[in-house]
Amino acid sequence: MTKLPELAWTRSRDFRAAPFPVSSVTRSGWSSIAEALGEGRMTLLSLWGEPEAVCMALHDAEARRVAVARLAPAKGGFPSVGRHHAPAQRLERAAADLFGLTVEDAPDARPWLDHGRWEISQPLGASRPHAGTVPYSFLPVEGESLHQVPVGPVHAGIIEPGHFRFTAQGETVVRLEERLGYVHKGIDRLMQGATLERGAALAGRTSGDSTVAYATAFAQAAEAALGAKVPQRAFWLRGVMAELERLANHLGDIGAICNDAAFAMMLAQTSVLREKVLRAAQTAFGHRFMRDRIVPGGVTSDLDRDGEAQIRALLEEIGDRFPLLVELYDNTASLLDRTVATGRVGSGLVRRFGAGGYVGRASGRDFDARRDLRYSPYDMLAFDVPVRDDGDVNARVWIRILEVQKSCALISQLLNMMPKGDILAPVRPTGKPGEGLGLVEGFRGDILVWLSVEADGTIRRCHMRDPSWFQWPLLEAAVEGNIIADFPLCNKSFNCSYSGHDL
Amino acid sequence: MRRFLLEGLTRRPLTETPPVPEDAMREELGRALADASRQKLGRSLSIRQVDAGSCNGCELEIHALSNPFYDLERFGLHFVASPRHADVLMVTGPVTRNMAEALRRTYDATPDPKFVVAVGDCARDGGCFAGIYAVAGGVDAVVPVDLHIPGCPPDPTALLKGLLALLDDASARGGVV
Repeated sequence: MTKLPELAWTRSRDFRAAPFPVSSVTRSGWSSIAEALGEGRMTLLSLWGEPEAVCMALHDAEARRVAVARLAPAKGGFPSVGRHHAPAQRLERAAADLFGLTVEDAPDARPWLDHGRWEISQPLGASRPHAGTVPYSFLPVEGESLHQVPVGPVHAGIIEPGHFRFTAQGETVVRLEERLGYVHKGIDRLMQGATLERGAALAGRTSGDSTVAYATAFAQAAEAALGAKVPQRAFWLRGVMAELERLANHLGDIGAICNDAAFAMMLAQTSVLREKVLRAAQTAFGHRFMRDRIVPGGVTSDLDRDGEAQIRALLEEIGDRFPLLVELYDNTASLLDRTVATGRVGSGLVRRFGAGGYVGRASGRDFDARRDLRYSPYDMLAFDVPVRDDGDVNARVWIRILEVQKSCALISQLLNMMPKGDILAPVRPTGKPGEGLGLVEGFRGDILVWLSVEADGTIRRCHMRDPSWFQWPLLEAAVEGNIIADFPLCNKSFNCSYSGHDL
Repeated sequence: MRRFLLEGLTRRPLTETPPVPEDAMREELGRALADASRQKLGRSLSIRQVDAGSCNGCELEIHALSNPFYDLERFGLHFVASPRHADVLMVTGPVTRNMAEALRRTYDATPDPKFVVAVGDCARDGGCFAGIYAVAGGVDAVVPVDLHIPGCPPDPTALLKGLLALLDDASARGGVV
């Protein structure tokens, strides 16, 4: 077993309260971490570039602690982590595209986010005018009577753009290769030099369906970097918003998955409940998605009696209606025929990739950042985390069904125990630079935000890692051996974010 | 399942009365629409949605248009899977440079006469993503825009108002009802 370098491991209750202690490592130390990741001794939380360094965030699940390792690359190159640990490959390709870093011995050196269409190359490094488009070579597939089906970036439904290259034998998918990056908006570069206020707004627009989760993760990172105090009530309000967001997304997606199996009635029913969640959010917090409601230092919108009554009425209605829908799902054989045993992902893959959310929990990875890397208000609440082992579309639907019920119970607890007081405390620059880590369980999985702030409180570097980074590659595995016609169903059961991934 | 079907027969529909389009939208359309296209399109429009770089917030609200509260199809409006079947392109997002060509090709694949509706604050001028290396700008930086529906994201009522203005305009000036 390779010997790991000295790392400053930090427990979850500590890293959100103070600037994060980064461990500087040597090239050999970096490589031994990569090998340890490959051996499954730790989980990779993220990998990102900086103007003069490259960083990795690591999770030691048993001890419930995290560490960040930083390597200052000599001559702009660093030893590939992806060579030992496949989940790092796309992150490395993205860091190479944005910063012009060289990934030494990279197993896959193709560009990822850079499609050759930007005005400049290496936009966050030593940028220069772009040389132009180079044809993208998909991985070769060899065999008898294979054909390819290219899909996207513009898809047939109302969804985000991305390209899927299917290689099929008859109807059966032999390989799916994804090509993403179409909605790359340069958020990393927009963050550089921005104020925390603008940073929070950008974070909330990284993946629209997770605006609350992103804004919370960003706020956590900023509060940690600056050692800021947040009023108790603000934490509780963040919790209510986060659970409403989870409810809205799960309800919408449960219906949408069934709709992709041609069972439209479920979508009609769950979309009514989803609309009611959004309307309750509008009444309670003034915005259907609760966008721009969470900022560093607290929240900008308090909950009054009307809002609370509306949310309680909503919980009651979901409590009445939702069990009937679950029964409908479970008693419709034609629907289960499509979802059971379709798009299976094994638990080994899920663990190796550290896939979060329902993708991980439907395949036996018992991890939820709300419980395992706890943060307020969840450290004060009682809840359990549903896990299944079957790993198919049906299991992912069931995890979401159970999470709807858990979220309702959590909101009740939050409303019953809500402390009184302020909701926002000013966040001031400390006069010296600082770095902070935020980690939040969004509906899709754990969202990581790494933030470095300058002495004047402006942003030096902000890296946001969507849960989709570790779920997209598993979709390629899930669809293998299934028929092309089941791809929409598999895809919807993952519901990865394109925008959160492409940034 | 029988229970839900029976309930659907006995319960009052959830669908709400349609909102009234705003004058500003009608004016923008009045300027934009040629008489010929109004006559040809009539009161039923097929919409192809294109995400050219949005954060997916606008998509969620566009989806909500199909729920029983807003029930878009009662107005003769429906979403189609191909630009070749579409009268309207509904485009969201700041147009990213990586999506500009795909948007242009989708536009070219849509038969004339066609309308382009730009949805959301980003779709007007790039919004909070304007001016960065990865973003070409608002939708009109790539294809001509006939109507803009603002909001971050616009809620389904705002989207309905915009689309109804489009319909009214198409039929009021000689369209086939």
